[in-house]
Amino acid sequence: MAIAREAEERTLTLTVNGQEVKAAPGQTLLQVARAMGVEIPTLCHDDRLEPYGACRLCLVEVEGARGPVPACATKVNDGMVVQTHTDKIRRLRKFVLELLLSNHPLDCPVCEAAGDCRLQDYAYEYEVNMSPWGWTPLNFETRDDHPNVARNPNRCILCGRCVRICRDVMGIGCWGFTNRGYDTIIDTPYNLPLQEVGCVSCGQCISTCPVGALNHKRSRYAARHWQTEKTRTVCPYCGVGCELILHTSRGKLVRVTADVGSGVNNGNLCVKGRFGMEFVNSDERITSPMVRDEEGNLVETTWDVALDRIEQNFKRIKSESGGKAFAVLASAKCTNEENYLLQKFTRAVLGTNNIDHCARL
Amino acid sequence: MGATETPRKPAPVHPRRVTPDVEIGICLGTGGIAAGGEDVLAAFEEGLAATGVFGVVKPREDVCEGACSSITGTGCRGMCAMDVLVDVTLRKDGRESTVTYGTVTPAMVRKIIEEHIVGGQPIEKWIVLSADQPTSHNEFYQYQDRLVLRHCGKIDPEDIDDYLEEGGYQGLYKVLTQMTPTQVHEEIFASGLRGRGGAGFPTGLKWKFAAEAPSVDGQKYFICNGDEGDPGAFMDRSVLEGDPHVVFEGMAIGGYAIGASEGYIYVRAEYPLAIKRLKIALKQAEERGLVGGNVMGTDFRFHLKIKEGAGAFVCGEETALMQSIEGKRGMPRLRPPFPAISGLWARPTNINNVETLACVPWIITNGAPAFAARGHEKSKGTKVFALTGKVKRSGLAEVPMGLTLREVIFKIGGGIKNDKPFKAVQMGGPSGGCLPEELLDTRVDYEELNQTGAIVGSGGMVVLDGDNCIVDTAKYFLQFTQAESCGKCVPCRVGTKRMLEILERICEGQGQSGDLALLEDLAQNVKAGSLCALGGTAPNPVLTSLKYFRQEFEEHIYDHKCRAGACAALTVYWIDAEACTGCRACARACPVDAITGEKKEPHIIDPEICIRCGACYEKCRFDAVRRQ
Repeated sequence: MAIAREAEERTLTLTVNGQEVKAAPGQTLLQVARAMGVEIPTLCHDDRLEPYGACRLCLVEVEGARGPVPACATKVNDGMVVQTHTDKIRRLRKFVLELLLSNHPLDCPVCEAAGDCRLQDYAYEYEVNMSPWGWTPLNFETRDDHPNVARNPNRCILCGRCVRICRDVMGIGCWGFTNRGYDTIIDTPYNLPLQEVGCVSCGQCISTCPVGALNHKRSRYAARHWQTEKTRTVCPYCGVGCELILHTSRGKLVRVTADVGSGVNNGNLCVKGRFGMEFVNSDERITSPMVRDEEGNLVETTWDVALDRIEQNFKRIKSESGGKAFAVLASAKCTNEENYLLQKFTRAVLGTNNIDHCARL
Repeated sequence: MGATETPRKPAPVHPRRVTPDVEIGICLGTGGIAAGGEDVLAAFEEGLAATGVFGVVKPREDVCEGACSSITGTGCRGMCAMDVLVDVTLRKDGRESTVTYGTVTPAMVRKIIEEHIVGGQPIEKWIVLSADQPTSHNEFYQYQDRLVLRHCGKIDPEDIDDYLEEGGYQGLYKVLTQMTPTQVHEEIFASGLRGRGGAGFPTGLKWKFAAEAPSVDGQKYFICNGDEGDPGAFMDRSVLEGDPHVVFEGMAIGGYAIGASEGYIYVRAEYPLAIKRLKIALKQAEERGLVGGNVMGTDFRFHLKIKEGAGAFVCGEETALMQSIEGKRGMPRLRPPFPAISGLWARPTNINNVETLACVPWIITNGAPAFAARGHEKSKGTKVFALTGKVKRSGLAEVPMGLTLREVIFKIGGGIKNDKPFKAVQMGGPSGGCLPEELLDTRVDYEELNQTGAIVGSGGMVVLDGDNCIVDTAKYFLQFTQAESCGKCVPCRVGTKRMLEILERICEGQGQSGDLALLEDLAQNVKAGSLCALGGTAPNPVLTSLKYFRQEFEEHIYDHKCRAGACAALTVYWIDAEACTGCRACARACPVDAITGEKKEPHIIDPEICIRCGACYEKCRFDAVRRQ
């Protein structure tokens, strides 16, 4: 405890771009810079993953260091003097972007990631017009046979985020680096179909891909990123309460994402939350309460009518047969609070202990 | 148990029982075997048995009455240009004489036995080295100081008793019985030994860091990096093949110094002979209690494992190497944390190169001052170089640090093949640099070489003459690093490819004005931006070539000329009708039938068909084939 408190109390002071700033031991330069509003570009970094240092965009200058250091992985020290946007650093970043664009397909007009693509953003920010070494787009052949995950390795910048999120966060490891040097590609083991290598279709790889190499197959060509309206909400599937962002266009749900650094899920989603939303747009979806008419057919009605009908029938059954005639099954889609209320209602109002929860099944 | 036992001083279990009258030592390193060493050995066995006088015996097992002989397969002794090398030692009337024959073939063996061994008359014309009289090759060893290679070519690497007889494992015994771990790393630090893998970091300091690093469960690891991958380098291979126990001993001493009880030897799978001999040696060392549990009866444990690499050059980088041992893809990771703090399986780990470790037992046995007495300024001891290319005596040379490149190339190497003019030397393999004649007086010294833009590196020294094109050579090395990049970081993966494309177009005569500026800019950025040393040093051959041989690049671009005649697209071959005798040698050599002409009449090369391979140029004895 004493050690923990000491660490908490110790603050470091460093200078970033001439501005003094306090930081906690263990923080990285990237974290400190972002907290003070200094935007350092990154492609291979995801807050959900360990620092990797591959893209070389976050290189910054630290006084006394032998060369530029990656901000994503460099821990702060007391008295550090850091420059994040010197001419030299900006040139190096531009150089890296030029290299990436020297073999990137540049099919942005039809790329799903356009408008939500780090490479596009940084190319703009660093004024990368054209690579000085010409343009030789990658031309890998690959299988693209997964129902949810669309892949295009030619757009891949090999940041390894998909590899790492699948292995380190999901504990699976569907993706890996294959081949060496310029021929390196991210692929499944032995180029097997993704579904045969343990993929649980969570789409986490899509969520971390900074470019358009991995994207939602079911919403291809549905709407551009800037055409959709974003609504922050909670996933209806289970009691975890993951935060979702619903992307809708012309009244239709086209895509579901989640924000890293927000909600209980911190940007992570499961197969249901990410891909199980097609029911929203279904013609067969029930959108109003229904009651049976005299012939026994279900007809749409209002909540007032429906709840009245329920009240009448509950009262009738209870008076005829007693509370034990009821059995209640609670849903995992409800929150804890809702489930609590349901068991209270079952025991106190209906008068039975016959309540169970679907999560037990 | 263990600690209560008395430490056992290592000694040969099977001492020699006889001193044969004839001893044959045959080089059976990879070079020796490739040159036919095993056939030579078989010829000696057969031939000596057939003499009826010198029965072949095993000196540690057999006894003999009357005259007898023994045959030993040894590791590489360095003079690889002369393989198969055979030492013949004769003992007669209390006198012992040894001569070394070079380029021995099975056909020569019969004559050596007849005239020299039986007849007593050495065959002068085949002798390359002799204790009695100097030969033209004496210079090869004269300037060397063989400390790392002290046993190579002398002992049988598959017989631990040979190593023990040479004082093997005495260094380990000394540290276990007389020294504390701290004293050990201080002794190594005092010797001035620096990493021989290329970076030149002080070994004693590295050990100190690993010794002082805390480990969550007490486990630490000691790794030997035997993933020697530079084209043209074979120093570590020779040590592993010729003297495997010295590496085990060095590792065990290091393990004791840092507190590691487990060690890994990471050897590239392309070294099958080294792996085979390491496995034999490890089994023998374990049986004798020299590694494993309770080493030499003390409570020091040091278990060794041999890990074969899977063919990736980048696994010579220490963090990639550890990933590879862990069963992952060999890709470098960020440092810090350095391996001394968090290495293999996140435990404090020390990694040293083979040659570094081979120095360690010697330093412990002979003391740090003896090692520090050799060398120059901050570079102490000796360094083994793999001398290859257009040099007369290619091979392995171990020299005291501080010798000049000129001495190594012209004294030890004997100068340039066919006495052509020296053009350049590529120092330090694909991470090193290409140095011109003006820099030949540069010393073999970490700091001095770094100033030139080259590096000591692992010790590759490729010598070039006028027939080598500088642009083509730079392209070759870049091709190598480009293909061996792990693909992780952008500057190395994509940047080296873009550099290579520029070099390729220059070699093909498609170079454009501005290409050199582009190339230099790329090279500087790849160097500055790469994640690990592979990318960080990959541009060195290009940068040094541009610095010292810029004119040759410009000739390629602006004059469409390759002065070495090595770039096919820029070279034209024709026949000088005055000089041509019509001997047809060129026409016979031409693989595409581009040369026509009647016998005894001047010939003509059809440039449309000619593929510019240069076969005719090599063949012509009258200098009639010209090229430009």
